[in-house]
Amino acid sequence: MRRLWRKAVNNVMLTLTGLCALVTVSALFLILGYLLWNGGKSLDWDFFTKLPLSPGELGGGMANAIIGSAKIVALAALLGVPIGFMSGVYIGEFSGKNMANVIRYTADLLNGVPSIVIGIFAWTLLVVPMRHFSAWAGGFALSLMVIPVTLRATEQFLGQVPLELREGALALGASKWKSVVTVVIPAARTGILTGIILGVARVSGETAPLLFTALNNQFWSKGFGEPTASLPVMIYTHAISPYEDWHRQAWAAGLVLLGLVLVANIAARMVLAKGAATQRG
Amino acid sequence: MKTIMGAIPQPGITGSASEQTVASFTPPMPSDKAGPKLRAANIDFFYGKFQALHNVSIEFPQNQITALIGPSGCGKSTFLRTLNRINDTIRGSRVTGEVVMDGINILQVDVTELRRRVGMVFQRPNPFPKSIFDNIAYGVRINGLARRSEIGEVVERSLRRAALWEEVKDKLHKSAYALSGGQQQRLCIARALAVDPEVLLLDEPCSALDPIATSKIEELLLSIKDQCTLIIVTHNMQQAARVADLTGFFLMGRMVEFNKTDIIFKTPARKETEDYITGRFG
Repeated sequence: MRRLWRKAVNNVMLTLTGLCALVTVSALFLILGYLLWNGGKSLDWDFFTKLPLSPGELGGGMANAIIGSAKIVALAALLGVPIGFMSGVYIGEFSGKNMANVIRYTADLLNGVPSIVIGIFAWTLLVVPMRHFSAWAGGFALSLMVIPVTLRATEQFLGQVPLELREGALALGASKWKSVVTVVIPAARTGILTGIILGVARVSGETAPLLFTALNNQFWSKGFGEPTASLPVMIYTHAISPYEDWHRQAWAAGLVLLGLVLVANIAARMVLAKGAATQRG
Repeated sequence: MKTIMGAIPQPGITGSASEQTVASFTPPMPSDKAGPKLRAANIDFFYGKFQALHNVSIEFPQNQITALIGPSGCGKSTFLRTLNRINDTIRGSRVTGEVVMDGINILQVDVTELRRRVGMVFQRPNPFPKSIFDNIAYGVRINGLARRSEIGEVVERSLRRAALWEEVKDKLHKSAYALSGGQQQRLCIARALAVDPEVLLLDEPCSALDPIATSKIEELLLSIKDQCTLIIVTHNMQQAARVADLTGFFLMGRMVEFNKTDIIFKTPARKETEDYITGRFG
């Protein structure tokens, strides 16, 4: 009797956990399939080369949003990655334990700040005094989200560098600083790089911070000082519009965005695998 | 974080080593060749509140191999690691006493210069994730010891000294991780030799290696002892017997006995030494 009961519980739990795993996996494939189905129909060469058209006109594309997203994300990476990386090196290698805990905890909190709040913050700090929306403001807002991710990745992978390597460098007469730059960071390089790619890919899909900062633009924007179109905001404005053709464009944009994020993910994994291969020799 | 007691540099300790009493119960220092290269006196070492070394004093004669033996946790590695101050990096550690090299207390000198002069080879081979060439060149480059054009020469000379040149000369720019464990350890020795250390510390350098790789390392140690003073920590008593001129026996943070290797192994003065050597514990 007890044995039967135990067996039954075992089977129930196995089924339950297996089903949950199936839901997780199928979520991605459902989204992907749905996007492919809806977006694939409207995705053509024009999407990558032309500007959006007014409602009522068929066709057009989102070239400005693709370039705009690239500009904003590049700015975010340029601002956020060095700051996150340096802080990660600081708490991973130089600061005391208590200081590291405080900074790590703060970074986790920053990571948990709702992205819309970050948008409002950047709006208050940059958009209001500058009196207009800009790619600068958008890049700044996203950089605030890049910093904690980069910091954590840096610290985590630096922490995995074995003590023997550090001591090996010190034993040859390297100062602490030199050993970190010449041995520890290179040893953790691939892991850190992977974390950075994933983090930057993650923020490239953020919408809320851009609504308050880069806003949107139906046309090309010059430089970084003008309101700038981006794929996530473009998806948003097109999706809530009443026009059938805009909905199709939104699906296409969603597909492109997801494709870019997937490519970044795969690239990150390849970097990591290649790094692991050179470590093995 | 370092308390230094009696840390007055003592020039001219080149005289007879027998003036130094190593520990109250050990016989006079058995260095009959040159004077001591390195002399540790009254070393106490603490990890926080735990005292890992108690009043250790020992003299290492120039161009000799000294083995430190003893059961796990007896402090022999801790002692070795005070000699190049790599223990400095451990938070909460503290050392008192003095370590004198060529008449200068090393607890007071610039630590990076000290470590250039006192090299170290670790228990597990620890090549950097770089090419074979860059591994060897590392110490030379960071210490600015050679001009760019001379680095190739230094690398070849060091690899030859470590008897590794013939095996790696065609793949100098391949990753050091492509080498076998034994080759990696010889690479680490070559890397240490590249900066011309005066003393080389070896912390159980063969414990991760098979017997053939071990015997290559031992040959190598015997071949470089005319160029530097070697101190090796080992768990392997046969290894101590094979390579060492002198042997010190550690037990529970104290140095119990120090003498010529054949005396330690044939007629030890202390009962603990005899028990350990004959395998009654440890």
